[in-house]
Amino acid sequence: MTGNLVEARDLHVRFVTRDATVRAVNGVSFDLAPRETLCILGESGSGKSVTLRALMRLNPAKRTVVEGRLRVGGHDLVAAKERTLSDIRGSVVSMIFQEPMTALDPVFTIGRQIRETILRHEAVGRAEADRRALELLELVQIPSARRRLDAYPHEMSGGLRQRAMIAIALSCRPKLLLADEPTTALDATVQIQILLLLKQLQAELGMGMIFVTHDLGVAGEIADRVAVMYAGRFVEEGPVGALMRAPLHPYTRGLLGATVHDQPRGQRLTTIPGAPPNLEHLPRGCAFAPRCALAEAACLPAVPTLRGPEPGHRARCIRVQECGLERAA
Amino acid sequence: MMFYVIRRILYAVPIALSVGLVCFMLVHIAPGDPVNAIVPPDAPQAVVEQVRRAYGLDKPLPVQFALWLGHVLQGDLGRSLATGRPVWEELRGAVANTLRLAVVASVLGFLIGAVLGGLSGVFRGRLIDRAATTVAVAGVSVPHYWLGMVLVITFSVTFNVLPAMGAGPDNAAGWGWDWAHIRHLILPSVTLAVIPAGIITRAIRGTVSEILGQEFIGTLRGKGLRGRTVAYHVVINAAPQVLAVMGLQLGYLMGGSILVETVFSWPGTGFLLNSAIFQRDIPVLQGTILVLAIFFVLVNLMVDLMQTVLDPRISRA
Repeated sequence: MTGNLVEARDLHVRFVTRDATVRAVNGVSFDLAPRETLCILGESGSGKSVTLRALMRLNPAKRTVVEGRLRVGGHDLVAAKERTLSDIRGSVVSMIFQEPMTALDPVFTIGRQIRETILRHEAVGRAEADRRALELLELVQIPSARRRLDAYPHEMSGGLRQRAMIAIALSCRPKLLLADEPTTALDATVQIQILLLLKQLQAELGMGMIFVTHDLGVAGEIADRVAVMYAGRFVEEGPVGALMRAPLHPYTRGLLGATVHDQPRGQRLTTIPGAPPNLEHLPRGCAFAPRCALAEAACLPAVPTLRGPEPGHRARCIRVQECGLERAA
Repeated sequence: MMFYVIRRILYAVPIALSVGLVCFMLVHIAPGDPVNAIVPPDAPQAVVEQVRRAYGLDKPLPVQFALWLGHVLQGDLGRSLATGRPVWEELRGAVANTLRLAVVASVLGFLIGAVLGGLSGVFRGRLIDRAATTVAVAGVSVPHYWLGMVLVITFSVTFNVLPAMGAGPDNAAGWGWDWAHIRHLILPSVTLAVIPAGIITRAIRGTVSEILGQEFIGTLRGKGLRGRTVAYHVVINAAPQVLAVMGLQLGYLMGGSILVETVFSWPGTGFLLNSAIFQRDIPVLQGTILVLAIFFVLVNLMVDLMQTVLDPRISRA
């Protein structure tokens, strides 16, 4: 066994209904080392949330087909039965959701929602679980934690709710924390607090973290490595610095061009024309080709393999070398 | 919390008062002079006036209401015009009979509804859901007096296993929870249970499938909770809405069983109301409606209080 926390090889996720098959994830491969943070970037419908949920097999069981190889913390998640999966969820892998208001049960107190997770996975008594719940609320820096144990979600602010959500996710010291746009629903000032908290907790507890976002700023703040997702595939992945500084894939460059960062004042932001492909009928070859200014006939026969100038920084584009040259020029 | 409970109980007082006012006004809303219902049509004017004074009908309406309310609060609902016995005497047995029937029917209906509704909510769109929904629609749509007669024809006439009418071997005189009495309860309570079963099925189906679609269910599964713990969360979340529907149904069963009680000659409030209407026995009518309405108010009060306990968002919002 290698020392990786997550190993995904050629992971496919399809949603099958009577009318259609939606190919949400189409061959994703990556490794995550312990204590590493991977950020999956992409627009809505690129398959980033589905990938994240596949990492704890949380997509609806009846309609979802998962193929490929997926190991998390040494467990084979593709072969695992529901019983094993529920043992893994919450103890080995935990997730934080985007909207803490709807992701918390409205009629149970925060304390109880933490306690039931601890009681599910660990052989401790109620009193011990309550004590741990209090510790967790203090860990996520909720003020007057003791009082908040008895609070219901609707009695807390958005930021506090998200902290409570994090406390629940951390209640059994998971090795891997999944975060599905955890700051999107929050005010800008609260966003940065939550990001800093997550970063600090990750370092303290030594977790691996996979963070899904469409916000490049968030990615730059928190990630070690970034993977850009398009039409269910990683189209580019690399260390956060290199990827932000020198993106290889035209799509990544499009995303960066459409974001406010350190451009000169008054310069127009660029946009990517067109819309993402329909995941029921994926185009052949490079899925981004129809929207790509650099597309040529050679893009269409097959999906480009990941290639790149340096081993850790690769993109699915046949013109990666040119892009590299362009950059050098 | 405590404050809310007290406030909610106080709210029930004006409602009960207005209910009382409506019941009191029945005498005066009903066509004709109430005195004519008491004295024979050919009675001399002097007798009419004497009766009018004796019943206090010569006083102004507000005074009459105050007097009537004072009596009611002391448990005096007047005397039946038909039998001359105190209304409360007539009513007591009938209310107990109806209560037995209504409670047994609602327990039956709620159980069936909970099972069918729970199943179809969880398996929404599948075969089992379609089957349960069909049963529910049929239950709501079937006229229950017709169902009652069909049951009587089947189980009493054809197979002769259950009695067709009455509340016991010696009818209204006394009740015991023994087979001789319970067998009389079976057909009417099954008949009465059908509608609430259908309504509860649909209410639970809707509520459960809505809750299952909410994001926090994903969180619960993501915490590794087992199916039965998730089910517990669903039940607690669904309970306030479902309880409200159940409370209404229990209320309807208390007052709405006139047809079924008539079909089965069940000596309950429905039966009593029916005969009071035909005999123009206004005091009995008043008393029965008042008791049923107060019962309805109390059931609603209880449902509200239970909802507050179950859903913390209600009392503090």
